Amino acid sequence: MMKKRFLSLALAAALLLALPLPALAEVEVSDPAYYERFRGKNVSINVHNWGEYISDGSDEGMDVISEFEALTGIKVNYTTFATNEELYARLKSGGANYDVVIPSDYAIARMIHEGMLEELDFDNIPNLKNISESFLDPIYDPGGKYSVPYTWGTVGVIYNTQMVDEEDLGSWDLLWNEKYLGEILMFSNPRDAFAIALKRLGYSMNPTREEELRDATDSLKDQKLLVQAYVMDEIFDKMLGGEAAIAPYYAGDAITMMADNPDLSYFVPEEGTNRFVDAAVIPVGAKNKEAAEMFINFLLEPEVGAANAEYIGYSSPNDAALELMDPEVTGDPIAYPPDGVIEKTEFFIELSPEMSLAMDKMWTEVLSSDEAYSKWLIPIMMLVAVAASVSINLLRSWRKRRDREYADRPVKKG
Amino acid sequence: MKSKAAAFPYLVWMLIFILVPLGLVAYYAVTTPDGTFTIDYISQVGEYTPVLVRSVWLAFLATVICLVIAYPLAFIISRHSGAGQRTMVMLIMLPMWMNFLLRTYAWMTILEKNGLINRFFAHFGLGPFEMINTQGAVVLGMIYNYLPFMILPLYSIMTKIPNSVIEAAQDLGANARKVLTKVLIPMTVPGISTGVIMVFVPSVSTFIISRMLGGGGNLLIGDLIDLQFLGNAYNPNLGAAISLVLMVLILLAMSITNQFGDDEKGDLLK
Amino acid sequence: MKWLKKSYVAIVMAFLYAPILVLIVFSFNQSKSRGAWTGFTFGWYEKLFHNQMIIQSLMNTLLVAVISSVVATVLGTLAAIGIRNMKKMSRTLVMNVTYLPIINPEIVTGVSLMLLFVFVKSAGIRLDFGFTTVILAHITFNVPYVILNVMPKLRQMDISVFEAAQDLGCSPSQAFFKVVIPEIMPGIVAGFLMSFTYSLDDFIISYFVTGPTSQTLPITIYSMTRRKVSPEINALSTIIFVVVLTVLLLVNVGDARRERELRMKARDRV
Repeated sequence: MMKKRFLSLALAAALLLALPLPALAEVEVSDPAYYERFRGKNVSINVHNWGEYISDGSDEGMDVISEFEALTGIKVNYTTFATNEELYARLKSGGANYDVVIPSDYAIARMIHEGMLEELDFDNIPNLKNISESFLDPIYDPGGKYSVPYTWGTVGVIYNTQMVDEEDLGSWDLLWNEKYLGEILMFSNPRDAFAIALKRLGYSMNPTREEELRDATDSLKDQKLLVQAYVMDEIFDKMLGGEAAIAPYYAGDAITMMADNPDLSYFVPEEGTNRFVDAAVIPVGAKNKEAAEMFINFLLEPEVGAANAEYIGYSSPNDAALELMDPEVTGDPIAYPPDGVIEKTEFFIELSPEMSLAMDKMWTEVLSSDEAYSKWLIPIMMLVAVAASVSINLLRSWRKRRDREYADRPVKKG
Repeated sequence: MKSKAAAFPYLVWMLIFILVPLGLVAYYAVTTPDGTFTIDYISQVGEYTPVLVRSVWLAFLATVICLVIAYPLAFIISRHSGAGQRTMVMLIMLPMWMNFLLRTYAWMTILEKNGLINRFFAHFGLGPFEMINTQGAVVLGMIYNYLPFMILPLYSIMTKIPNSVIEAAQDLGANARKVLTKVLIPMTVPGISTGVIMVFVPSVSTFIISRMLGGGGNLLIGDLIDLQFLGNAYNPNLGAAISLVLMVLILLAMSITNQFGDDEKGDLLK
Repeated sequence: MKWLKKSYVAIVMAFLYAPILVLIVFSFNQSKSRGAWTGFTFGWYEKLFHNQMIIQSLMNTLLVAVISSVVATVLGTLAAIGIRNMKKMSRTLVMNVTYLPIINPEIVTGVSLMLLFVFVKSAGIRLDFGFTTVILAHITFNVPYVILNVMPKLRQMDISVFEAAQDLGCSPSQAFFKVVIPEIMPGIVAGFLMSFTYSLDDFIISYFVTGPTSQTLPITIYSMTRRKVSPEINALSTIIFVVVLTVLLLVNVGDARRERELRMKARDRV
């Protein structure tokens, strides 16, 4: 028994030593000639990804961007966003040109629907063969014509075992538990926040009636009194530093945080949760579609996929990468949950435009809710301001006239 | 030298990059995405009255506190000798050279539940005090970031007041309060109004400070605008409508404040 | 009374410098997390120079600041000369528009420029969000500061100097470059420096018009504050702080020496 454990430990250690690649080692790619196509042609691509969502060479891992640049001679301008909604806004406003972006499922569905994405040319992405079959015909992108899955995961609750009592765990109700006033963090993006509220109320995470949203809004407003802050990746800092006790977040990030702070733990609420896929897509207006496809293909290389999955902590849809990874990572039930958990998950689907608009509006309502003020207060304030401005002017000119009269009056000598 | 033509490139620039963009804001505010005229967005702004009121209130608080802190300080500095004055003004300007996001972020480290202040008080068995993610923290962030904008105009106008004026008032029997209300304040009104504008305008429209120190639940007008353009609730037409209202509010506030100061807008820069 | 004044100044200064002190101290902290002090290190300074993202954004920031402030200085100086020669009506009008970007909340300026660039792009003109848009935006908010700095110098200048130079045989352009420009140089330099600093530090306006190729330092810092600010940034700020402090001290010492010399000369004359 003892021996066996020692053996597996040694094996794991050996794997750990073998796996992390030195910063500028050549990655082993399936078809080196393919990556030479743009060398010396001064090509650059703009990649827009979630924050901390690619292996960047810290912690002895692979620096994926630098490796790609070295391999292909293509310059990568890499920038980050924090929520799908932010990404959507940047793309929709039409300002920026990106070649590769990595949104989540429901956002991809919406973008496909609104004609914001290019169809991919899979001749340029031969590594698609590495992706597990179950990810190839997703509901957000029927036929998988526009997207290539990057990671997947579930949403759960991260909590600090020093601050939260065990008997309170298990349900989304924890996020509404008054005992933890001021200790709760909440998603700052509407889709995830509403999903939790809806699920807790027994609705689907994909609301179809405005009343459902209304109920969820009321519930989120109640919760607001307990919430310390509405955040996204700030959760890392706050949970690691013990600033807050409870936060709903993505499973992969939970793994990363638990590795850094042993007081943290994680559970998937019994009501069920959201399962998501983040996938690489090419927006309309991309300057260099072929180079973008080359980048996507590079992400699918087994070594690259493994490096990313280990760095990010999210689950990988890349079968070839999974084979290369430490079994301890791929066996983690948080990242790769058992069927019982998966059964209760629900994918986000694209909301109808009306529901989407309603959700955005109600989310603003939640964030801005406070004491009720009259709707007329602002117009009245403006009128008062105008009146004050006018009267001060009148007063001044009246004073000036008076002063002048005084000055003009002949001085009587006594 | 006599020619007006030198200004021509700038006039073109001004038209394209100042006037046309503001026109576009107004246009977006009164049209739907497909271009038909509507006042829906403007009237929707009324629904966000709590946000507007909160922004104005917090910015007002920050402005008043800045004035109260800055006035005595500016006076003390202005009574110093040349070298001392220069050093102190330099010391006040120096922090502005550091990135304001970083300085605000540093306040997080100070105010947090496990932050420096709370750890300090924990030594005496006090606390922890809840400071971060409150409206108070937002006001503190505003004061911190914009205090120099209040001190500098006040200082530059106070240096123009010779000591003899104050001494003369004292000789004529004015007590300290009289000197302040009858001499000093009336003479520094232009500096006060400049300072008030320079603190109030950025405070009322900030979106970073409230996000970093306010926890995201204390939405201000700036957050609301950001939310509509690049944030989590994409709706540029509504965003434009809110921007328009904000702009009108501020121009009104300015026209009121300007009644008090002489129209020396050049003071804005000092 | 005197110690009261001194302690008041000290308290305000402590308030202004507390977060900066935190930044500097934590740039030497071994731990990556803020809050806990685990030991002294110079490691972050070393890492800073290997952090491509930070170095790249620093370069971008400097490039944007240099280009935009140079263009703004030329444009603004010419504009000031032209505006001076306008009739009162048109001068007032132009100046009022010029004040707009200064008075308007930055977020409104940012949003309006964003709408402009989107509009231009949708009209079919090739314009990518990135360096071009950021530089155009920076020039736009910089020009007014140049104009406002140059105008007073022009007002002080005696116009007959220019005419005298021409009477003495200078061509108009010679007279302009040899006489007028030196005369208003202090204003130009002040305007340039002001533009440069505003450009270096601007976050809000850049945020709305930035693109994938033009991450300036404030934008990079912003995306960091949304997860974790790496101590390398603290190291960079500490370096910037020391550099600025040194420059200001040198200027200050120079000023003091010049003042002393002037005083000496004045005494000699008596």
